[in-house]
Amino acid sequence: MYALAAIAGVLLVRNLYETFLSLPDEALQGAIYRIIFFHVPAAWTFMLGALVAMVASVIVLIRKSFAADALAASVTEIALVFGAVNLATGMVWARIIWGIWWAWDARLTSMLISWLMYGGYLMLRQAIDEPTQRARMSAVLSILTFPGVMITWKAIEWWRTQHPGPVLSIRGANDKMDPAMQSVLYWNFLAVLLFAVVLTLIRMRQEETRRELDGLRREAHAI
Amino acid sequence: MDSRNFLYMFYGFAVAWVAVIIYVVTLVARERKLRDEMRRLRQMIETGERA
Repeated sequence: MYALAAIAGVLLVRNLYETFLSLPDEALQGAIYRIIFFHVPAAWTFMLGALVAMVASVIVLIRKSFAADALAASVTEIALVFGAVNLATGMVWARIIWGIWWAWDARLTSMLISWLMYGGYLMLRQAIDEPTQRARMSAVLSILTFPGVMITWKAIEWWRTQHPGPVLSIRGANDKMDPAMQSVLYWNFLAVLLFAVVLTLIRMRQEETRRELDGLRREAHAI
Repeated sequence: MDSRNFLYMFYGFAVAWVAVIIYVVTLVARERKLRDEMRRLRQMIETGERA
């Protein structure tokens, strides 16, 4: 875990150097375009986290695994943080480029709804004391919420949105973004992803400690 | 670097980092709370067993 954290740290520093000092300016947007190098990796981390949470939740329902439940809860919490980063940086960018903080288009609205639903997932977990019931109910909510994330991903292809359409080559947009800029974006995604993995591992360890505490509490009551 | 919209770029990055740092601080605080609770319960069980 420490090695992962160190690699993430080194990559983040390298990417910050590339973002601020190495990359050329964008002709129309000025400095603000550099927000994309954190805005997009944060969105991908949110979406990947949601996917992992959905898969873990399916495992919870099939195998009744508390380890999968811990993974789903941990990864959802971290995804929510990066989702917040994505929404906040997007709003700052929109204020300059669109002249407004927010637009109720398909992309932004579906992202906000997904984010709120995952917030609800964490609140639901707080509200249920019985571990098996908590795992089952929250797994169902996580699975039901995931299609919203897929809609967010595809919204810029399915509908005409205020949000820009695809600009990366991997999504079929050719020559819309300089390859050097795309490269920094991918490297920063790797850095943010590694950082998110480290946070998830720490959060999973806490879930394990919490389960251990539940056992100790029962023992203490029995004395 | 092009200085147009530099201030808003700064706000954007500041918001992103502050959000992540606040989360890391709460994660560390939670870790400390769990460890304290664990120590307290273990102590309670130990003294209970002795009695």
